[in-house]
Amino acid sequence: MRKLFFALLFMPLAALASAELHLDKAPDRTHDMAALQNGAKVFVNYCLNCHSASYMRYNRLRDIGLSEDQIRENLMFTADKVGEPMRIAMQRAEAKVWFGKAPPDLTIIARARASEFGSGADWLYTYLRTFYRDDKRPTGWNNLVFENVGMPHVLWELQGQQVLGQDHKLSIARPGKLKPEEYDSLVADLVGYLRYMAEPIAETRKQLGVAVLIALGVLLVFSYALKREYWKDVH
Amino acid sequence: MACDDKVDCGRRRLIVATATAGGVAGVVAAIPFVASMLPSERAKSAGAPVEVDISKLAPGQMITVEWRGKPVWIINRTKEMLESLKKADDKVSDPNSEKPMQPEYCKNETRSIKPEIFVAVGICTHLGCSPTDKFKTGAESGIDADWPGGFLCPCHGSTFDLAGRVYKNKPAPDNLEVPAHKYLGDTKIVIGISQDSKGA
Amino acid sequence: MNAKLTALLGWVDERFPLTANWKAHLAEYYAPKNFNFWYFFGSLAILVLGLQIITGIFLTMHYKPDAALNASGVPVAFASVEYIMRDVPWGWLVRYMHSTGASAFFVVIYLHMFRGLLYGSYRKPRELIWLFGMIIFLLLMAEAFFGYLLPWGQMSFWGAQVIVNLFSAIPLIGPDLSIWLRGDFVVGDATLNRFFSFHVILVPLVLLGLVAAHILALHEVGSNNPDGIEIKKKKDANGIPLDGIPFHPYYTVKDIVGAVAFLMIFSLVIFFMPEFGGYFLEYNNFFPADPLATPPHIAPVWYFTPFYSMLRAVTVNFFWIDAKFWGVVAMGGGVVILLFLPWLDRSPVKSIRYKGPIFKSAVAVFVICFLILGYLGMLAPTPLRTLLSQICTLLYFAFFLLMPIYSQLDKCKPEPERLTG
Repeated sequence: MRKLFFALLFMPLAALASAELHLDKAPDRTHDMAALQNGAKVFVNYCLNCHSASYMRYNRLRDIGLSEDQIRENLMFTADKVGEPMRIAMQRAEAKVWFGKAPPDLTIIARARASEFGSGADWLYTYLRTFYRDDKRPTGWNNLVFENVGMPHVLWELQGQQVLGQDHKLSIARPGKLKPEEYDSLVADLVGYLRYMAEPIAETRKQLGVAVLIALGVLLVFSYALKREYWKDVH
Repeated sequence: MACDDKVDCGRRRLIVATATAGGVAGVVAAIPFVASMLPSERAKSAGAPVEVDISKLAPGQMITVEWRGKPVWIINRTKEMLESLKKADDKVSDPNSEKPMQPEYCKNETRSIKPEIFVAVGICTHLGCSPTDKFKTGAESGIDADWPGGFLCPCHGSTFDLAGRVYKNKPAPDNLEVPAHKYLGDTKIVIGISQDSKGA
Repeated sequence: MNAKLTALLGWVDERFPLTANWKAHLAEYYAPKNFNFWYFFGSLAILVLGLQIITGIFLTMHYKPDAALNASGVPVAFASVEYIMRDVPWGWLVRYMHSTGASAFFVVIYLHMFRGLLYGSYRKPRELIWLFGMIIFLLLMAEAFFGYLLPWGQMSFWGAQVIVNLFSAIPLIGPDLSIWLRGDFVVGDATLNRFFSFHVILVPLVLLGLVAAHILALHEVGSNNPDGIEIKKKKDANGIPLDGIPFHPYYTVKDIVGAVAFLMIFSLVIFFMPEFGGYFLEYNNFFPADPLATPPHIAPVWYFTPFYSMLRAVTVNFFWIDAKFWGVVAMGGGVVILLFLPWLDRSPVKSIRYKGPIFKSAVAVFVICFLILGYLGMLAPTPLRTLLSQICTLLYFAFFLLMPIYSQLDKCKPEPERLTG
């Protein structure tokens, strides 16, 4: 019995010991429309060449405060109609030859990358900031949270080139166009957008939830009063 | 509702209040389910306006394009074809297009913006079959000897003239629908956008 | 107006036993007056079943069971779920209701079963109610398993792969059986299509029939209660049990309160945490099925994990047959042994209230073991965890297998004559 008790006590520790993944907390951009719009711009310019977002329709970007004309003028490079999803021209078979693995669709990547170590946004925020030079890799790039990643560092001109030191810490060997804080903020915007895109309904859902709970609360009061009224006879 | 000694008034009030609140909740809860059967974003996207280039459409020819999953005909009518319309005036049931089967800017003799270019939804107003074109005139059409050219619905035999006007005493009640459309230049039509509207 | 309605009712009653059934099952079904909190879960199970059927009907209108890749390289089935989540008006709500409802169903059913265990509701003359209920539980597991494949995500695919492969552990016919079940050499389009068929028609149909049988059997013998005594033994001059109250209106109004309270918790999950921390919608299932890459850590959905732990707990070979087979036996046995509960309990009293310290401790150990097994089933195995799951599996089976002995040895308190409230 005592053995069991101790085993129970230490189980959560044992669980943590198995594999640790440290993720940086992604800044919250949920209600910052300008940041989300900037993130959308980064997404279509840097990601949407190789990765599709094939469940996301362009006109849905109205959610983050863009008009259909703005979407058409500034963001729509891969479709003719504003109601079409964010597809890409690259063929999957070709992509597989180039990268070893076809680049995954990114629509719901922010939900898929969630784990016990943090939200999907945290994972993406850390991932996009921890690329480093590695000559052993065919692309010349490796990553701290995604070991032997197939994707090269697409944003390297902005971030610069990092190298992995002996102490397992990253340092900038060649600066990029952006200062480190600026780069972090740009990635935060992009991740904010990816998070929005993974579940565009999320904010509406929560607002609706409050209304539903209030309505059910009223119904609970009524039905409880009715139950008490009837059960007077029994007690 | 009467509330006499026999019934317990407090209890009745509570039943009514709970039933009302529950009923309202039930109706509201049904809305998402009913609404989920409406056209989705994909369907709406597929229903977006369609651009058609008609520069290669020769007189007397017809092309069919898909718009909202329906066939839309574009016909470049010849002089003879346009003249046949006048002769049909007293044989068709709504010669002046009084019924709103076309946008206001197509309510004219030819039911079109440009007289020769006719745009119509190729769906019979009877039960939704797509009529076939019978442009050949007279006995050669296989309809009757003084057939002036037009359309025949294969399902129940309704006939339409070359402006989509339905002939009298046929099952179809109305003329063929002329969809909203707009010229974006001399030879480019957008179907699904009104001629009056600005922008594409 | 009233006279006309009465006449109409009379017309119907001559042709269909409407009033008779209303009376038999609601207005003149006398239920013990001391039902407590635990007695909400039966009606809640019906509520969740209804919700699952309604939301399921609407999801079926938009879902496509097709493993082929679409133009963007995503399986059609996976894309159709995301289509429901984004493009179908309110589709997200219907889908979250269905996915949360699956977990809610098991929460409600486990608590409902636990109630039966507490108050001896499986004892004579209610053995058939328990049996029907257990078959419902088995079918529900099948229903959940088939449904879990449909989103065609990574967890769907590999979960089905593992479970179908369990059948290959059966000696001689196993390998052929698992191929027959899949309809292919791997989980594929054929598997997806048949699981869809089972999920939307076969299992629900049988389930509904069994639920009817479960309730008919209950109404034949009458409900048990927290005191575990028969209210039918003490009747008044009209033959109405002294401690009974008509189900309608007393328990209908009470169950409405329970239903609303349940819907509030249900809504809390749907609107604020539909993934429920990865337990109701697993994160890895947001990746489309990839037959070439197993996710690094796969675990079944939480409601299967206690039994999954039993499967993994068996690590040694017995009698020339390897551990894999015995693991399957342990897992299946863990479910099947519940069927025999009515004949294992030899205690003179039904309810835990009057049972002695041995039975009470046995139930406590059983619950703890079940929870530990459930927890371990979500984690990757380590030697320590495997040992722990072996201990818990042994205790789980001991609870049942030793019950004929300890339930008779136990020092029970006398049952009261009438309900104690």
